[in-house]
Amino acid sequence: MMTAQIKEFPGVGLRESDFEQRKVLYTEWVPNARYAWDAGVAIGRYLAELKEGRLIGVRCRHCRRTVIPPRVFCEWCFRPMDEWVPLPDTGTVNTFSLCYVTWDMRRLTEPEIPAVIDIDGTHPPVGILHLLGEVEPQAVQIGMRVQAVWKPPEERTGSILDIRYFRPVREG
Amino acid sequence: MGMRKVAVVGAGMTKFVRRALETGKELAFEAAKMALDSCELTLQQVDCVVHGTAPDAFDGVHMKGEYLADGSGAWRKPYTRCYVGGGTGVFAPIHGWYHVASGLFDICLVVCEEKMSSCQPHPQGAFLTIFDHTTERPLGPNLLWIFALEMNRYMHTYGLSKRDIALVSVKNKRNAADHPCSLLGDREITVEDVLNSEVLAWPVQRLDVSPVTDGAVAVVLAAEHVARRITDKPVWIEGVGWNLDTTYWTNRDLCYPRYVENAARMAYEMAGISEPRKQIHIAEPYDPFDYKELHHLEGLLLFDRGKAPEATALGITQRDGDLPVCPSGGLLGVGNPIAAAGLMKVAELFWQLRGEAGARQVPGQPRRGVAQAWGDLMQVGTVIVMGV
Repeated sequence: MMTAQIKEFPGVGLRESDFEQRKVLYTEWVPNARYAWDAGVAIGRYLAELKEGRLIGVRCRHCRRTVIPPRVFCEWCFRPMDEWVPLPDTGTVNTFSLCYVTWDMRRLTEPEIPAVIDIDGTHPPVGILHLLGEVEPQAVQIGMRVQAVWKPPEERTGSILDIRYFRPVREG
Repeated sequence: MGMRKVAVVGAGMTKFVRRALETGKELAFEAAKMALDSCELTLQQVDCVVHGTAPDAFDGVHMKGEYLADGSGAWRKPYTRCYVGGGTGVFAPIHGWYHVASGLFDICLVVCEEKMSSCQPHPQGAFLTIFDHTTERPLGPNLLWIFALEMNRYMHTYGLSKRDIALVSVKNKRNAADHPCSLLGDREITVEDVLNSEVLAWPVQRLDVSPVTDGAVAVVLAAEHVARRITDKPVWIEGVGWNLDTTYWTNRDLCYPRYVENAARMAYEMAGISEPRKQIHIAEPYDPFDYKELHHLEGLLLFDRGKAPEATALGITQRDGDLPVCPSGGLLGVGNPIAAAGLMKVAELFWQLRGEAGARQVPGQPRRGVAQAWGDLMQVGTVIVMGV
């Protein structure tokens, strides 16, 4: 008879303070891990286009889809992609968050607003991850129309950060 | 298909704690020893060992599986470590299952260990490299983003409120109060507590999330002819399934886990289950966040899309409801030592289906259950169906 019968399960929980005040023994090590990644064929072109202030996707004629970020092969039918497709820098908020913490759980006073933005011209609509800006956090909604805000040409480096963020499209 | 029947014949686990005094090896030993003792086997009788544990980066130990091998009872035995992210805890027994079902081994010890507390300042640091290094990491993503984005999409698609989802957290943390190993069991918690907890990444709040945890769980698998000699109450592994979606996660509709459905269909077909809603009596879906339980119940085809919240509100998923869900207390209540959390669900089905779950026992002599885990970049589903 297992859990019903066992009186004491093994395992000793430490208090956070015991650890922080070094009342228990432990050792520390800080890793030094550095990498230089190749952008590759598809993302290399994507970054080159970002540097020019443009978004680009790829089309698979067999699967009748146009996707971003670009890739050299279609993971559905496993053939090479057929063509590059220039895309506008506008889209629709598919989903978003108002994030008040950093990855190591420090508080932020102003939230970051990550969003998946479905880019116009993709089919069926698909998105990329980016941030929203120039918008009141409480005003952000799924379905909101947004447009990229680019860095000035001389500041662009061929990076996803060449887009500062997406902001709501101003009508009229 | 020419496969042998495989049973779970023993299980053991450590307490789930925020930070354990014990090392990973020590935790693995405690759980493995308890599992062997529970079915009166010695390590000598074990033919092979399978280990499940999350990224090496958690521990800062390269080949962490090999490092933990001694604690898992793998000394001079056929040993493999498997790792499919958060899905590992249910995949490890699947990995053990095909060792035994194939006829290669008769008895397999499956051990899952996780020590998340070593990684400073926060174990999330070990996860951040899951995002694409060129198109996503420059944006400074943290892991809560993807959960928040998925949860928001799920709420939006089906018109759900935060309250609908908070009920899951309340149910599981209350259930966990009956689990002797639980970290966050709380009989008194209310929906208001969840709704008033600190906002992390809206719509995700503090009490929507499972905690960082240390712990280990082990189970013993045996081929049919051996299992019947070891115990008169074997719990059979009737079906297994696993499935992986694309890493282009922003190209998917985040409101529905298709990969979980695919994994479930694979497991149900193997188990001869045509009507899961009638034939499954207990579900232990993966619940690292409260909305994930709902998401996964729908992916497991136990409720229509968008309808799991309503079933939760009606009490159907309570321990004494028509379909008890996470009677253990789940990750939200017992704790979430990644790989060990998934195997805890398999151990819970083992105890529940044998009628040995004590204060957590689901009434009505349940005869079949499903456990499921999930992980990676919202990408993998691992499913196991067990029955008596």
